[in-house]
Amino acid sequence: MAAAAGEAAGGGGGSPSSARRRLRIISGHLRGGPRAPGRGALSPSPCKAQGGSAGPASGSIPKKRQELLKWNGWGYNDSKFIFNKKGQAEFTGKRYRLGGMILPTFKEWIEKTFGASLEHKTTSRASLNVNDVPPSIVNEEFLQDLIATKISYSQDAEDRVFRAHGHCLHEIFVLREGMFKRIPDIVVWPVCHEDVVKIVELACKHNLCIIPFGGGTSVSSALECPEEEKRTIISLDTSQMNRILWIDEKNLTACVEAGIVGQDLEKQLAESGFCTGHEPDSMEFSSLGGWVATRASGMKKNIYGNIEDLVIHIKMVTPRGIVEKNCQVPRMSTGPDIHHFIMGSEGTLGVVTEVTIKIRPVPEYQKYGSVVFPNFERGVACLREVAKQRCAPASIRLVDNAQFQFGHALKPQVASIFTSFLDGLKKFYITKFKGFDPNILCVATLLFEGDREKVLQHEKQVYDIATKFGGLAAGEDNGQRGYMLTFVIAYLRDLGLDYYVIGESFETSVPWDRVLDLCRNVKERIVRECKEKGVQFAPLSTCRVTQTYDAGACVYFYFAFNYRGISDPIHVYEQIERAAREEILANGGSLSHHHGGKLRKRWMKESISDVGLGMLRSVKEYVDPNNIFGNKNLL
Amino acid sequence: MAPPMARCPRPPPPHRAWQPGRGGSGPWAPREAAAGGRAPRRGRAGDRGAGRRGGARRTMATAAAAPGRARRGAPMYSQKELTSKKRDEFEDILEERRLSSDLRYAMKCYTPVIYKGLSPCKPNAIKSAVLQSEQVQYVIKQLAKEMGESPDIIQEEATEILDEMGHRMQLGAVRFFAFTLSKIFKQLFQRVCVNEEGMQRLQHAIQEHPVVLLPSHRSYVDFLMLSYLLYTYDLALPVIAAGIDFLGMKIVGELLRRAGAFFMRRSFGGNRLYWAVFAEYVKTMLRSGYAPIEFFLEGTRSRTAKTLTPKFGLLSIVMEPFFKREVFDTYLVPISISYERILEESLYAYELLGVPKPKESTSGLLKARRILSDNFGTIHIYVGQPVSLRTLASGRINRCPYNLVPRHLPQKPSEDIQEFVSDIAYKMELLQIENMVLSPWVLVAALLLQNLPAMEFELLLEKTLWLKGLTRTFGGFIEWPDNLCAKKAVLSGLTLHSNIAQLVDGHVVLNDKGVEDGAIGEIVFKRALAILMCATYRNQLLNVFVRPSLVALALQMTPSFRKEEVYSCFSFLRDVFSDEFIFFPGISLKDFEEGCFLLTKCDAIQTSQQEIYPTDKGSVTVSFLSAMFRPFVEGYQLIFRYLSKEMKEAFTEKQFIPGVRNFVFQLLEKGVTQCYEALSSDMQKNALAALVQLGAVKKKKMSNGFTYNVNQEAVSKILDMFDARIPVQKPVAARL
Repeated sequence: MAAAAGEAAGGGGGSPSSARRRLRIISGHLRGGPRAPGRGALSPSPCKAQGGSAGPASGSIPKKRQELLKWNGWGYNDSKFIFNKKGQAEFTGKRYRLGGMILPTFKEWIEKTFGASLEHKTTSRASLNVNDVPPSIVNEEFLQDLIATKISYSQDAEDRVFRAHGHCLHEIFVLREGMFKRIPDIVVWPVCHEDVVKIVELACKHNLCIIPFGGGTSVSSALECPEEEKRTIISLDTSQMNRILWIDEKNLTACVEAGIVGQDLEKQLAESGFCTGHEPDSMEFSSLGGWVATRASGMKKNIYGNIEDLVIHIKMVTPRGIVEKNCQVPRMSTGPDIHHFIMGSEGTLGVVTEVTIKIRPVPEYQKYGSVVFPNFERGVACLREVAKQRCAPASIRLVDNAQFQFGHALKPQVASIFTSFLDGLKKFYITKFKGFDPNILCVATLLFEGDREKVLQHEKQVYDIATKFGGLAAGEDNGQRGYMLTFVIAYLRDLGLDYYVIGESFETSVPWDRVLDLCRNVKERIVRECKEKGVQFAPLSTCRVTQTYDAGACVYFYFAFNYRGISDPIHVYEQIERAAREEILANGGSLSHHHGGKLRKRWMKESISDVGLGMLRSVKEYVDPNNIFGNKNLL
Repeated sequence: MAPPMARCPRPPPPHRAWQPGRGGSGPWAPREAAAGGRAPRRGRAGDRGAGRRGGARRTMATAAAAPGRARRGAPMYSQKELTSKKRDEFEDILEERRLSSDLRYAMKCYTPVIYKGLSPCKPNAIKSAVLQSEQVQYVIKQLAKEMGESPDIIQEEATEILDEMGHRMQLGAVRFFAFTLSKIFKQLFQRVCVNEEGMQRLQHAIQEHPVVLLPSHRSYVDFLMLSYLLYTYDLALPVIAAGIDFLGMKIVGELLRRAGAFFMRRSFGGNRLYWAVFAEYVKTMLRSGYAPIEFFLEGTRSRTAKTLTPKFGLLSIVMEPFFKREVFDTYLVPISISYERILEESLYAYELLGVPKPKESTSGLLKARRILSDNFGTIHIYVGQPVSLRTLASGRINRCPYNLVPRHLPQKPSEDIQEFVSDIAYKMELLQIENMVLSPWVLVAALLLQNLPAMEFELLLEKTLWLKGLTRTFGGFIEWPDNLCAKKAVLSGLTLHSNIAQLVDGHVVLNDKGVEDGAIGEIVFKRALAILMCATYRNQLLNVFVRPSLVALALQMTPSFRKEEVYSCFSFLRDVFSDEFIFFPGISLKDFEEGCFLLTKCDAIQTSQQEIYPTDKGSVTVSFLSAMFRPFVEGYQLIFRYLSKEMKEAFTEKQFIPGVRNFVFQLLEKGVTQCYEALSSDMQKNALAALVQLGAVKKKKMSNGFTYNVNQEAVSKILDMFDARIPVQKPVAARL
């Protein structure tokens, strides 16, 4: 389930030592944080002259990513789901609120939902087998030139493998069981814009291929190295370009280097009392440059906007030179906005090095909430009304019944008899007194942000609308747990993989009037395709509406199945996912709301017409005639 | 990368495994689980009947039901079964009726399984949903704007249309029908045979997706019988699209309405409001899975027992919710209803000869009750495999047009869609034809018509057996029990159809009493009547025989044996007869190949690389087959000749039919021709339509209907082609 660039929510946090504080922060979404060690005052210094390959990591994610992050799965090494000795599910580590907690009903849910059994386990290989890794082939002249620039680099197998993939199911599967056919030959770590300029110049001089790497959370095969690429592939890791260059409080903008990851950006801005409010579910690991290059969308876009609304200025290094605007203004009319060539270009045109982004004061007050609806139809109708009245809270999401049950299974053991009594009472009220069918009802989770007074007012308005659609307020706790789910879900996939369960998520955007039909048809198509492809247990096929707009909504599908008895599960999985995508398109949904990549290339022409595709191609041909940025995404 | 080989799976815990017969939603829907567990057998009364009779047959039937249920586990989307000619066994549903109380049967507990997504509602709720729908409201507003009227007035009009149209299904009326129809059917018919497995498949389909029932239409009995059948099997009763003329019948019209009929005007092409209301009414019922929707692709009863070319309007309406993805899928269920003896047989023959059809009226119905004393033999109802529209459409439909316009706007279907709808309509009719049961009498009728005025009984027996074999080779579905000898079969056919033919002095003769005396005109008329009635039965064979027979005809018409010449002649005949017989559009070559294949299979022809020639043994078959279709060739020639000679000016269909009838009549009186079938108005209309399609006649829409203009030269040219005076010129397919 899950995936990836997906959706791992959450917030910033500190170094592993300040774990306690981090828990609070994740639940409460960033309100100030510890100063990052070794970070000086903000300064517009042009470039820090860090030489050598092993300079101390300054962001949350080190250069040697494998020291902190799983090499064959999602997230931190110390955080994962396990079944403990008693056979109970448990989440390890102390980074998240769920850490160290027992999930008593989870085992039963996974058995019931997937027909999985704890006795049937697959095991990933324990560590990377360096002998399997394709050798690094780097031209000696280039290496000499590179060394001369003093930019840090590595040809180490682990470093290279880590940057050969994102978090698609098939990529993780390869890590666990096999090896990629093609991986980067060398990893470079520029520390500033000028370093990037030098690298791109060298690549042009020697005709090499560059694949930019930000947070590595892609779920669309965007980081996959084209197998047929014969040139040396340079993985350009932006993670060391992670400084905030300046903050402009008068205009509420900040200029930031593109390699900064979400949690560091928010943490450091919070020191000055600001935030960007851009929170994609992967924000712990994904980078600012990555957001720009993929047209990212954040959970709280209703207040802060998606990346295209947030960006004021972009600097990008291309083989043709540097592209940027000459001013930092809210809007201009000078032909098509060149930012829109950059946003969503997915590393095919160049490397984003610096971004000026809007900032806001950290909100005074934050409140979660949830509403239970008798059925999904009513829930969607309510969301539509909220969107119509343009009163959507920072985030509003509607999960269907299967996902509600899933969330339920992730409820930690309750501490006191009193809480469990209260839970029982709540359940009784909703199912018996109000007559909601627990197998049909669905839940919306809400997050309000802003001035305390306005939040309370806003809350009332939304709950009033909900009441009109038969909704019942179901408490802050359920809301908060709902948002927690979005990040643990990514960890859950790794657990599933251990027990023959594979899964993935995918999303689309769709006009309001087609939301219900699309959800129903796509879910049914998945079930039917599974059956046809010989999957032996009915799959988990569930959806949620995650964003509302004036004219439509963004819908996420989660889909997982038990693959025992199937010889080539990844192939089967891909066929089913493809069918599901066909179904989405047939129902009037888009190819993607915020994940492009290689994965959906085959539908590009249909999606944007021949001429549209030609327009994109001609931009690529002008900017990068020799295909230096040759990751082959999009086109 | 090497994916792990999955270890041998243990049997899954039963509650999570795929439930047999589940379509979509898997084990989450508890309601469905309950429904799935129900026995699809008919109601309790039936089981009691079984107890009384005791016995072996019942056990067999239940045993047959069991694998049927197991089979439902097989995925419904596999359409393979369609192509296999293996057919289900029949069960007689009247048998039980004769053994237990009709009243109790009519009052039985009736709780059909319903579509999984359905929340049941009253007929009136549907009507108000239709009125308030965006679709209808949009048209109302448009019309109000255009005509400068207030929307309320048009809304009022829409309400009236709905009231005229809408059904008011009530269980009471259904029970009334269940009772009276039991009585009537037992009087009229010996047996009503149904393939139970088809009913089980249908029961499953109804729960899974919205269902459209597409029966063949030979008699008014069709829809009564179908509803009766569904009631008997405890299945959801369909709503039926009926012609508005039924409303002319007092009481009966209303009764039908309460039994689930809804009424459509015969033509409403120009009336946008009517169209919108009607389409939305049908679609609303379909989308919600309210009830199976039933209508006749043929549009009207076939007077000739030959399948009529399909009408597309209603079919495209019921397909639209799927195109717009308002439903996940829709099942189309072809149903073949065949009558050993058609209730309306003589009425039809009169009608074809130009004696007008009596208007539907209650008094007419009461007068017709004398037929109750007559015997109409057996009815066979074969419920075909439900066909998934999704499967049919996969890879064919471009989704764009539906994604770029709001779904409630009326949208003219694109050419692709129109072509698709037409293809499906033909496909469904071909499926109906495939499963149409043929009685031995049908074979007798075909033989008799080639051997007028009389045929020696023994020869007839011999030939009947021969024809039975040939029909089976061609895929015809003959119901002829293994232990039934030819003599018995033919004699029982003669008894049932004594009004058509009789055994006299060891010869079977056509029953045209009164022919000896009377004026010559009257003789011709009587004779035509008898021949047309007899032809009604032969006609049931035609669509099974048409491909090999047209090859045989082409062989006889073409001077050489060269394959390409035979093919171009075949292709010409196929075009000319495209309204007469059912051909899947655009696959002339495939039809030709199939015809050749079947002829080769029965050793009638041999083919080489370039040539096709009849074998010595096969000349009998070839000449039989071409003789079978000879009346059509001759009839068309007569009609074409009339058009090319007599019709100099523009004319309407109303002028054309009596004109051509007189023309043929005179020729028959003079003894110039023996082609009585050319008197059939059905053939006359088809021939005219064929010329329109071939471009030899121009059809123009006028205010008072259509007018036609003949291009004399073109028609003569087509006539010449018939006489093989000029070779048929057609681009020859590359594969030949």
